[in-house]
Amino acid sequence: MEIRLEQLTKVFTDKTGKETRAVDDLSITIPSGKLVGLLGPSGCGKSTTLYMIAGLLKPSGGKIYFGTDDVTRLAPEKRGIGLVFQNYALYPHMTVRQNILFPLENLDIKRDDAMVLVEDMARLVNIYDQLDKKPSQLSGGQQQRVAIARALVKKPRVLLLDEPLSNLDARLRLQTREEIKRIQRETGITTIFVTHDQEEAMSISDQMVVLDYGVKQQMDAPQTMYNRPDNLFVAKFLGNPPINILDGNVVNGSVVIGDHVVGKTNATDNAYTIGIRPEDFRYDPYGFVVHPEDIEHIGRDTLIKFAFGGTSVRALIDSDSVLQNGTIRLSVKAGKVHLFDKATGSVVL
Amino acid sequence: MKKAKAWLKNAMWSIRNRLTAISNQIDAYLSRHRLQFIVRWPQWLKAIFYLLPALTLLGIFTFYPIINSFMISFMSGYNIQTNEFDGYTFLGNYITVLRHVNFKQAVLNTGIIVFISVPITILIGLMIAVALNAIKPLRGFYQSIFFLPYVTNTIAIGLVFAYIFSGNSTTIQNPAGLGLANQIISWFGGQPIAWVAKGATYWSAMSVILLYSVWNGLAFKIIVFLAGIQGIDKQYYQAAQIDGASKAKAFSRITVPLISPMIFYILITSVIGSFKTYSSVVAIIGVEGQIPTGATGSINLKTIVFYIYDYIGRAGQNDMMSYAAAASIILFGIILVFTVAQLQVGKRRVHY
Repeated sequence: MEIRLEQLTKVFTDKTGKETRAVDDLSITIPSGKLVGLLGPSGCGKSTTLYMIAGLLKPSGGKIYFGTDDVTRLAPEKRGIGLVFQNYALYPHMTVRQNILFPLENLDIKRDDAMVLVEDMARLVNIYDQLDKKPSQLSGGQQQRVAIARALVKKPRVLLLDEPLSNLDARLRLQTREEIKRIQRETGITTIFVTHDQEEAMSISDQMVVLDYGVKQQMDAPQTMYNRPDNLFVAKFLGNPPINILDGNVVNGSVVIGDHVVGKTNATDNAYTIGIRPEDFRYDPYGFVVHPEDIEHIGRDTLIKFAFGGTSVRALIDSDSVLQNGTIRLSVKAGKVHLFDKATGSVVL
Repeated sequence: MKKAKAWLKNAMWSIRNRLTAISNQIDAYLSRHRLQFIVRWPQWLKAIFYLLPALTLLGIFTFYPIINSFMISFMSGYNIQTNEFDGYTFLGNYITVLRHVNFKQAVLNTGIIVFISVPITILIGLMIAVALNAIKPLRGFYQSIFFLPYVTNTIAIGLVFAYIFSGNSTTIQNPAGLGLANQIISWFGGQPIAWVAKGATYWSAMSVILLYSVWNGLAFKIIVFLAGIQGIDKQYYQAAQIDGASKAKAFSRITVPLISPMIFYILITSVIGSFKTYSSVVAIIGVEGQIPTGATGSINLKTIVFYIYDYIGRAGQNDMMSYAAAASIILFGIILVFTVAQLQVGKRRVHY
């Protein structure tokens, strides 16, 4: 089921009459059968968008289409969605079985058939042996899977996940995100999930949407977005350690920072904001000389910090790179220099 | 001065240390000989010392009267004024009370009040709490209105009820004539009913008592239920909505189970409270507890507690206090049985 948002807008008005545009003119198309991550910092409107797709929030403007159906004014229960809440919202007084069964009780399904569906779903999410426990007796990861089973059991057209991994510890997070990807693959259901964790989004999404202040910044496959950010915000938001932002110029097709040429470009001569990812520096015996102020060896890589063009810059280089008399020669990998317009922040090709 | 203070501090410190050392030695000795329990003595003493104020009050006003009533209920020929009695009887007083036609009537009256007013109050209380939770404007105002009966004197409310349901005609004693209830009936062209006056029927009088009990009991229940409902995470309702549950289903499958501890608490306390009904009958029916129907007959609306007070009022005569005591113990037994039964049911039905 393809989901299309057209100029979706949500304005919250507080008691003093102050308006906040949580989601601003958002138009995206989520392809059928894909796993799509809505990513952005806290308060960027990603959860609001999810709740509008779910129908729990009424949009202030714009339209939501599921396939060709306009569902903008449809009640949540009629949209055919499954929603997994951030804290799972499992009914605490019901057993796992009753929790998963609950959505089916409201449909016209025979009890025996419903029971079979519940057990199939429990097997899919690997909680078959926990069916008769109460949610409070389960671990966070198991509760998460029960919530997914409850959302999926009525065969929704769309699965929505609100910060699915934020309540789990680091190890469980890794395991669960693979689990989510597996379940999504096996069911082939169009899935949208919300996260503020870029690593989480990049690792499992087919497509990623980055939002800031309710405005869409970019929608792309994770690696494309990482390699070719559309603007400064996306460039800064993705990547750990974060991208280095420097001031520089383009002179006759060469990108110049301070006294050093760091790359070639087709852009017109001008002053630009320049982004270089730490891992895009490399050791180069013919490169420019830098004096590292700080060196951290982190296994395979070495993180060095140095002043470059008046800014403090971080570079991730191979640990075998040669350091001589406290200096190292570096260059930037070809095509890895990102130029951004100084005024608008959008990328310059 | 400073020196003296320092010296005192020092002295106290060394005494403390010495004592600690001694107690450690004793401790070691005792534990060597497996006698630690003696060391626990001071702990026990401490606990009892802290409990003493409460225990004293409970002892004087609760435990002593209960034990004393229990004793008196087995005495024969007991007179409270002389504090003399002939001897003990095993179940004599109980059998007398249980055979007494007024006691049977009292049990019936009390039972009707308990089994009709408690369920109705709980249901209406729940509905009002849900309604109050659903409205936004003036919620505080409505909450205050519903809470008013709780802070108003029972007898005063009872008298208001007595006025509302007074009279079936204008008489010299009652020149104002019909009470509000009968006025409304008259407006709709009905015949005024003698609710609690001469000519009343058992059920007309009982229904006024029941109405009073329900209305009077609502306030506290609404507050408790409302607090419970407001404590439920809104996400459960959102989840239920997405799961396609109707409002009614969300109420019965989510709200009710999640506030079941409150419902259970209210059920137990109001069953106990209703078994002890007394003042409402006094306020509505009067201190006689019965409505005369003719020259000799009367409708008896006394509750068990009313019945007990009747005997206490005649405690100057032999045996009367023993009957009152026996009736109290029987009431105690009835309440105990119901409470234990509810606790048993609650174990299975209440979700904590």
